Amino acid sequence: MSALLQVQDLTVNFALRTGDLTALNGVTFALGEGERLGLVGESGAGKSVAGFAIINLIGKPGYIAGGRVLFQGEEISALPEEAIRRIRGHRISMVFQDPMMTLNPVLTIGTQMVETLQAHRNIGQSEAEAIAVDKLRQVHIPSPEKRLHQYPHEFSGGMRQRIIIAIALLNDPQLIIADEPTTALDVTIQAEIMDLFLELCRQTRMGLILITHDLAVVSETTEKIAVMYAGEIVEEGRTEDVVRRPRHPYTQGLIAALPQGDDQRGTRLNQIPGTMPTLTRIPPGCSFHPRCPHAMDVCSERAPGPLPVAYPDGGGGMAACHLYDPNLGDR
Amino acid sequence: MNAPFSDKTKPLLSVRDLSKIFDISGGFLDQLTLKNGRLRREKTTVKALNRVSFDIAPGETFSVVGESGCGKSTLGRTVIGLYPPDGGEVHYGGERIDTLSSRRMLPFRRRMQMVFQDPYASLNPRKRVAAILEEPLRFHHPDMTADEVGDRVKEVMEQVGGDVQWLTRLPHEFSGGQRQRISIARALVVDPEFIVADEPISALDVSIQAQILNLMMDAREQRGLTYMFIAHDLSVVEHISTRVAVMYLGSLCEVADVDRLFADPRHPYTRALLSAIPRLGKKKSDHVRLKGEVPTPINLPTGCVFHGRCLYADERCVREIPELLKQDDGVLAACHGVEEGRL
Amino acid sequence: MTDRWQRFKKSALFHDFKGDKVAIVSFATLVLLFICAFSAPLIAPYNPYDSANIDIMSSEIPPVWMAGGTNDYLLGTDAQGRDLLSTMIYGMRISIIIGICAVALQAVIGIIIGLIAGYYGGKLDGFFMRLADVQLSFSYLMVAIFVSAVLQAAVGVGRFAEIAVPFLIIVIGLAQWPQYARTVRASVLAEKKKEYVEAARVTGFGAHRIMWRHILPNCMSPILVLSTIQVANAVMSEAALSFLGLGMPVTRPSLGSLINAGFEYIFSGSWWITAFPGVLLVILVLAVNLLGDFLRDALNPKLYKG
Repeated sequence: MSALLQVQDLTVNFALRTGDLTALNGVTFALGEGERLGLVGESGAGKSVAGFAIINLIGKPGYIAGGRVLFQGEEISALPEEAIRRIRGHRISMVFQDPMMTLNPVLTIGTQMVETLQAHRNIGQSEAEAIAVDKLRQVHIPSPEKRLHQYPHEFSGGMRQRIIIAIALLNDPQLIIADEPTTALDVTIQAEIMDLFLELCRQTRMGLILITHDLAVVSETTEKIAVMYAGEIVEEGRTEDVVRRPRHPYTQGLIAALPQGDDQRGTRLNQIPGTMPTLTRIPPGCSFHPRCPHAMDVCSERAPGPLPVAYPDGGGGMAACHLYDPNLGDR
Repeated sequence: MNAPFSDKTKPLLSVRDLSKIFDISGGFLDQLTLKNGRLRREKTTVKALNRVSFDIAPGETFSVVGESGCGKSTLGRTVIGLYPPDGGEVHYGGERIDTLSSRRMLPFRRRMQMVFQDPYASLNPRKRVAAILEEPLRFHHPDMTADEVGDRVKEVMEQVGGDVQWLTRLPHEFSGGQRQRISIARALVVDPEFIVADEPISALDVSIQAQILNLMMDAREQRGLTYMFIAHDLSVVEHISTRVAVMYLGSLCEVADVDRLFADPRHPYTRALLSAIPRLGKKKSDHVRLKGEVPTPINLPTGCVFHGRCLYADERCVREIPELLKQDDGVLAACHGVEEGRL
Repeated sequence: MTDRWQRFKKSALFHDFKGDKVAIVSFATLVLLFICAFSAPLIAPYNPYDSANIDIMSSEIPPVWMAGGTNDYLLGTDAQGRDLLSTMIYGMRISIIIGICAVALQAVIGIIIGLIAGYYGGKLDGFFMRLADVQLSFSYLMVAIFVSAVLQAAVGVGRFAEIAVPFLIIVIGLAQWPQYARTVRASVLAEKKKEYVEAARVTGFGAHRIMWRHILPNCMSPILVLSTIQVANAVMSEAALSFLGLGMPVTRPSLGSLINAGFEYIFSGSWWITAFPGVLLVILVLAVNLLGDFLRDALNPKLYKG
């Protein structure tokens, strides 16, 4: 599997009146062609910032303070705005949480789709419409020829999100970054949208980065999971490893905090004490140590780097935790 | 804290044929429409609740689940008296409360409380936490001394895992989880026996959700509380409830004990809903696909409200509204298919 | 008190204020003008109301830097021989008093009506808002002309001068209450939907308690912003009415009546009688408006400052 996207040591700062805040701290991961990665974290973990930073869409006062992003071997983080705009919406597409924010309410979806196509390609109206109809069909919108001439408010929430996905698909991107695409939707609709993503990725060998707070949704959809906490990736690995055998204490706590179904009904849930630190008050050392049940002296002194973790069946992952430092004794 | 209920079979809350209709047609001028060349006044209404009936026994955690717009929040608010019902009755502790004047309602206000969804909107931003907690107490117990009020507030603050130092601060200084603790403390401070919790954790992060759920379960143990828990997250509902009601488009589809509902859902909508719950580590999608979209509650479908999306609907479902019927094992289901035994 | 001051110093409002030169300058100007106005008997060189100081022989003396000016009268004198500077300071005091009291009256009427209309809604809301529309469709000038005609007929032109201040306050106050009512109603409608209001209702609090103690404090930011703009408007209205001869008499002039009084002498060369009060009025109104603009931007988090 050749690398589609490589993110290396990506750091994003926000320049505020009180000084710089680090919102994303040395994020590193890679995505193969047709691979699906889940970027999971609670609000404020920096997962959306990571999504925006990949396509260089960080708004002021934020700026990329370090690191590189390579897309198909090309360093896109260093490209001028003009060049990256040709990649955005073309080879890399984004899907956001609220479809109403992305769709223009006064234009028909057909107009919006044709415009998007013509912005990137030199094609005529009828040809563009044909592609639009094709993409709408691909996301299972019934009678797409008719729907093309309707306005966004004439669609339900789930349909709108399908249209957003169809728009994202227009230029046959190699990568889709979906930021909380189903958070505003109901469970039954969420399940359908996730099925759709899965189907599309398999059909077109398109890469997917699914940014969400919902570990369960990710675990059903993606092959790999990266767990974020306070601007860093604290654990990364294959989905079944991370979900069944989480190594980082934060991931362990997060999974144990979820209601597990029948056998533990009504019992107290495992809770992680405290709350995630705000960016202004990230503790020294490991940012999770004040909430960590396994915290050691070293945890408050220096930050753990990414350490490899192994699984019995030969698989491997990464956890940023001193527990897996071979130089620090057992476990 | 409350005296244990001697009669467990007598319901604490009883709702009969509750209906609620919202008029969304706006002002007089907006209601005018031209029809066949004649000017007519027409009202647009949303039927948020259609003849909903259920009982909640003391000590139960009765959950109401459904997708957005199904009327579950309206149900909670109508039960607690925030909205006047447009039909039906609400009985609490044997007394009908939906027709009481606000003065006669006061003793019930102390016994019934509510916890809200949005921790950022549910605390008055201009009041200190102490004032937020003391005001209901002083209002309902005017004879309490300042010391008694202070002690009670501190005691409740500790119970919800808060700090006495929180009392002097303003709501915006707290995180979402902390605010929700304060919200719960405000509900608990008047020592209620029944709490309507309207999506109390859906605005919170996962690790904070667990904290608040634990807090609510602890409070249930310590105070013998009865909950009406409104939620859309089925895995949370499964964890906390004793009984579950599934709502669709303002009507109850199914009411069952939590074990029965999750092990053996009867109503086709309940089945679809359960199959859509994302489960940790579950691969391969085996979701029940529903036809079409949720219709608007402005023009309710005829017959069974679910028939347009149901995979098993027949001619009778289009024509006749199904009753919520008791099955052999006590499960209540409103479905012709279940009644006829073809499901 | 010190605690509050400490908190204010740390607040975002104070931080914005420190970074906004226009706001600082207009605030300083306003403070200066207010101090001048309210300590008028202390700092004004003469008492313009004291007829012992008025000498018709010294009328229309130009300002000190012009030919014919004397050191006794810094900005010259008016047509009746009063020191212009002193008359302006006293006039500004009257203008400010009328402006603030009229706005207070507007606020009391508007807040009560806005709260009731917004909270109860329905027919009551429709009635009050239509009343507001009707009120706004009458120009305050029409109201003033009508009321002053009636009053002058009732109490006589001579005694009308004595009741001119309350008259102006009432006319301007009554004419502009719909501004408050609309603003308050809009924020009540927004606040009423929030869950803290529902929580208060669940606790059993009565409508009055919820309206005044829970909702109103959360509507204060727009009310504050509106008040600054309304004070400026009221000062302008007062000046306009006085200029038209419907306001303060020449014996107790406000800035508006001074401008009016001097207007007759512009063409005879005594431009200063009109010009200096006019400039002072512009500075006063501009400072209030600029401060209002700052408050609106600072208190409205939705407005992005570029």
